Amino acid sequence: MFKVIESQMIVPNIHLLMLEAPAVARQMKPGQFVIVRADDGGERIPLSIADWDVEEGTVTVVVKNIGSTTDHLASLRAGVSIPTVVGPLGNPTEIKEYGTVLCLGGCYGIGSIFPIARALKEKKNKVITVIEARSSYLLYWEEKLKEVSDELICITRDGTKDHRGHVGRLTEIIKSSEPINRIIINGCTFLLKRGSDMSRPLGIKTVVSLNPIMIDGTGMCGVCRVTVGKTTKFACVHGPDFDGHEVNWAELLQRRKTYMREEVIPLRTSRCEEHAITSSPE
Amino acid sequence: MPEPQKKKLDLNRREMPKQPPEVRRHNFNEVALGYPVEIAVQEAKRCLQCKNPKCVAQCPVEIDIPGFIKSIAEKDFAAGTRILKDKNCLPAMCGRVCPQEEQCEEVCVLVKKGGQIAVGRLERFLADWEAEQGKLEMPKIPPSTGRKVAVVGGGPAGLTVAGDLIKLGHQVTIFEALHEVGGVLIYGIPEFRLPKVIVKREVEYLKKLGVEVVTDYVVGKTRSIDSLLEEFDAIFVGSGAGLPWFMDVPGENLNGVYSANEYLTRMNLMKGFLFPQFSTPIKNHKRVAVIGGGNVAMDCARTALRLGAESRIIYRRSRQELPARLEEIENAEEEGVIFDFLTLPIRYIGDENGWVKEIEYLKMKLGEPDSSGRRRPVPIEGSETIIPMDAVVCAIGNSPNPLIAAATPGLEVGKKGNIVADEETGKTSKKRVWAGGDVVTGAATVILAMGAGRKAARSIHEYLCSL
Ligand SMILES: Cc1cc2nc3c(=O)[nH]c(=O)nc-3n(C[C@H](O)[C@H](O)[C@H](O)COP(=O)(O)OP(=O)(O)OC[C@H]3O[C@@H](n4cnc5c(N)ncnc54)[C@H](O)[C@@H]3O)c2cc1C
Ligand SMILES: Cc1cc2nc3c(=O)[nH]c(=O)nc-3n(C[C@H](O)[C@H](O)[C@H](O)COP(=O)(O)OP(=O)(O)OC[C@H]3O[C@@H](n4cnc5c(N)ncnc54)[C@H](O)[C@@H]3O)c2cc1C
Ligand code: FES
Repeated sequence: MFKVIESQMIVPNIHLLMLEAPAVARQMKPGQFVIVRADDGGERIPLSIADWDVEEGTVTVVVKNIGSTTDHLASLRAGVSIPTVVGPLGNPTEIKEYGTVLCLGGCYGIGSIFPIARALKEKKNKVITVIEARSSYLLYWEEKLKEVSDELICITRDGTKDHRGHVGRLTEIIKSSEPINRIIINGCTFLLKRGSDMSRPLGIKTVVSLNPIMIDGTGMCGVCRVTVGKTTKFACVHGPDFDGHEVNWAELLQRRKTYMREEVIPLRTSRCEEHAITSSPE
Repeated sequence: MPEPQKKKLDLNRREMPKQPPEVRRHNFNEVALGYPVEIAVQEAKRCLQCKNPKCVAQCPVEIDIPGFIKSIAEKDFAAGTRILKDKNCLPAMCGRVCPQEEQCEEVCVLVKKGGQIAVGRLERFLADWEAEQGKLEMPKIPPSTGRKVAVVGGGPAGLTVAGDLIKLGHQVTIFEALHEVGGVLIYGIPEFRLPKVIVKREVEYLKKLGVEVVTDYVVGKTRSIDSLLEEFDAIFVGSGAGLPWFMDVPGENLNGVYSANEYLTRMNLMKGFLFPQFSTPIKNHKRVAVIGGGNVAMDCARTALRLGAESRIIYRRSRQELPARLEEIENAEEEGVIFDFLTLPIRYIGDENGWVKEIEYLKMKLGEPDSSGRRRPVPIEGSETIIPMDAVVCAIGNSPNPLIAAATPGLEVGKKGNIVADEETGKTSKKRVWAGGDVVTGAATVILAMGAGRKAARSIHEYLCSL
C-alpha cells in the first residue's frame, strides 16, 4: 500500500498528490511516469511525475480530474493509502547540453515539465518555459518554474496573463527568442500536436511526451501503441517521449477515444445515493 | 436370467462433468466441474500400477503418478495429496491446464483398454479435495539458513522456485511487476478455465510458508538486478514471455484491434466483465475475429463469446494443425465458436472514425511441410475476401519482454530476446543469476515453467549450501 502524504486542489479541477513510494522515488528521472490504482477494483492509469524526494521517499503527481479514476484520486485525503504506485516507467527525457531549450507545459504538463526544466538548467541550458491555460487562474507553480527557468512566459486564452490566445502563439514566442535548439512539450494530446505543428516549419527538434491509453506500462499489452515515422511503438517502453514531427496524431487521438462510451458509465450519476448511505450519521 | 455381475469393472475412462455448452457460453464460471468422489475412485481403480511406469518419466516434475492414484483408489486422499505435493506445489492448476495428452497420459498403457488414465482429472480431484477440507497440511520447514533469494516474476516458474527454496529454509522474496501474483495464470488464462480463487489460494499457501511477496515492482525499473544482487545471495528470473506480437498488416492500429494480452488482461486481471463495478472497461463487440490457433486464441474466442459476440477463429492452417489442446478446441466448438481454417488476414479496414469494420483475408491451401514439420500454408491467388468485423484480437504469439535483459549488463540474451540459461541448472551467464520458464524457452507451458523452476531451485540450493 502507498500512503497519500499530501493532497491538494492547486487550481480548479487540478490536484496535487504526494505519495509515499520510496523505491520509485529512488530511481526517478525527469520525464518518467508511474501507474497508479486508486482502489482494489480500480483501473491502472499512468501519471507523469511532477517532482520527487529521495530522502522523504515521496513522488508528486499533478492530476486533472476528468473521469472516474482521476475523480477518485482527487478525493483522496492525506493519510489514506492506495494499492498501486508502480514505476518509474518509461524512458527518462533526454537531457543534454542543447543550448536554448523551450519547455512547453499545459494542464498536468505544467507540473511534469518542472523536473525537466530543472534538469536542463542543471546541464547549463538556457531554459525558456512556456505554460498555457484557459485563464490565469488555472496556472500553477509559476514561482517554482521561474526558479529553474531563464524566462517564464504564459499564454492564456482569455489574455488574463501575458499572451492572449492558444498554442498558436508559440510561433511568435519562438521567433522572438531565437535561436532555439530544442522544444519539449508535456500536457494534453492537443497541446502536443499543435505545438509540434507550430515548430515543424521552423525545423526545430520537438520532443513530446505521449499519453495513449495504457494498462501494464511494461510492454505486455500493446494498448499504448502509437505510430512514429512508419513504425509502431509501444509508448510505455519505447517512449513516452517521441519526435513530435513523426507522430501519427490522428491515430493517437482516435485510439484515446476507444473507451469513450464506457468511460461515462461510472459518471452518469453523481453517486448521491452512495454518499447518502456512507455518510449518514447513524 | 443371471444377476448382472456386480464385480465386473467398467473399463472405460470416466468422463468429467461439464457445464452444458448452451449454459456455459453465457457465464464466466468454470466449464469443467471436476470428478465427484465416487467417479474419481472408479477412475483410479482402473490404473494398472505398472512396475515401470512410463507416465512418471513423461512428467516434467516427476510426480509419483501411480503412487497418488493408488491412494485415491484406496480413498486415502490425504496420503495422495502428500505424494502429489511432494513434487508439484501447484496441483490444482496443473490438473486443469497441463497438456496431459502430450505428457503422462500419452504413454499410458490403458490407451487401448478404455482409454488412458485421466491423470490430470485425478490430480485436480485431489487438489480440490484438499482445498475443501479447509485445512492445508503445512510441511515442516527447517531452521533458517540465513540465505536470501530474490525471485523476479510471480508466474508458475517463480512460484515453484519460491516454494522449493522456502521449504529448504532459505528466505525468499518474490518481486512482481503487476499488482497480483500468478503470471499468465492470473492475467491470461480465463476464469472459466482456471478460477482465480485457485491461483490466489496457492499464492496464500506460499505466503503462509513464509515467502514474502512484493507486487507493483518492476525489476529493471524499480530496481536493477545488480542492485538486488547486493542484498540477495541469488536471483531467479522467471519473467515470462509477455511481449505480444502483431502481424504488421495495414490497419492493425485501428480501434477495435487488440493484442490477446490486452484483451485477456482487461478481462482477467482487471475483471472487465464486471465493469463498472471494477473500473477497467472492456468492449462488448458484436463480431469478433481472433487470429491464431493456440490456447491463447481459444481463450480469446471463448471470452468474446461470453461477452455476447459472434466469435470466430481465423487460422492459416487446417484443424489438424491447431496447436491448442484438443480439449479446448472441442470446448470452443461445442460453445459455438466459428472456425475459419486456411485463412490469412492481410488488411484491416477502418470506418470514418478509425474503428475496424472489415477484415480482408486470403484463402490458403496446404503445401510442402515446413521446418516445423507441418504443411506450409500457401495463399490461393485471387482468393481475397472481405468480411465485416467489429473487433480483431491478435493471438499469434508472444516473446520474452526485453526489459530486464536490457537493464542487466552481463546477462546473455538469445536471438529471440530469451535469456540464455543452462537447461539442467537454469544458470545464466551472470554469476548468482538463474532463469527459467517462458523467459528462457519462449512461450511454452505451465508445467515446463515449473519444471525449469524446480531444476533452478535445486541448483540455487546447492550454491547456497556451498557458501
Ligand atoms: C504516460 C502518461 C502520462 C500521463 N500523465 C498524466 C498526469 O501527470 N496527470 C494527469 O492528470 N493525466 C495524465 N495522463 C492521462 C491520464 O492517465 C488519464 O487522464 C487518465 O487515465 C484518465 O482516467 P479516468 O478514469 O479519470 O478518466 P476516463 O473517463 O476513464 O478517461 C478519460 C480519457 O483519459 C484517457 N484514458 C482513459 N483510461 C486511460 C488509461 N488507462 N491510460 C491512459 N489514458 C487513459 C482516455 O483518452 C479517455 O478518453 C497521462 C497519460 C499517459 C499515457
Ligand atoms: C492465454 C494463455 C493460455 C494458456 N494456456 C495454457 C494451458 O492451457 N496450459 C499450459 O500448460 N500453458 C498455457 N499457457 C502458457 C503458460 O501460461 C505459460 O507457459 C506459463 O505461465 C509460463 O510461466 P512463467 O512463470 O515462465 O511466466 P509467466 O506466467 O508469464 O509469469 C511471469 C511473471 O513475471 C512478471 N514479470 C515480467 N517482467 C517482470 C519484471 N521486470 N519485474 C517483475 N516481474 C516481472 C509478469 O508480470 C508475470 O507475472 C497459456 C498462456 C496464455 C497467455
Ligand atoms: S501499456 Fe501495455 S504495453 Fe504499454
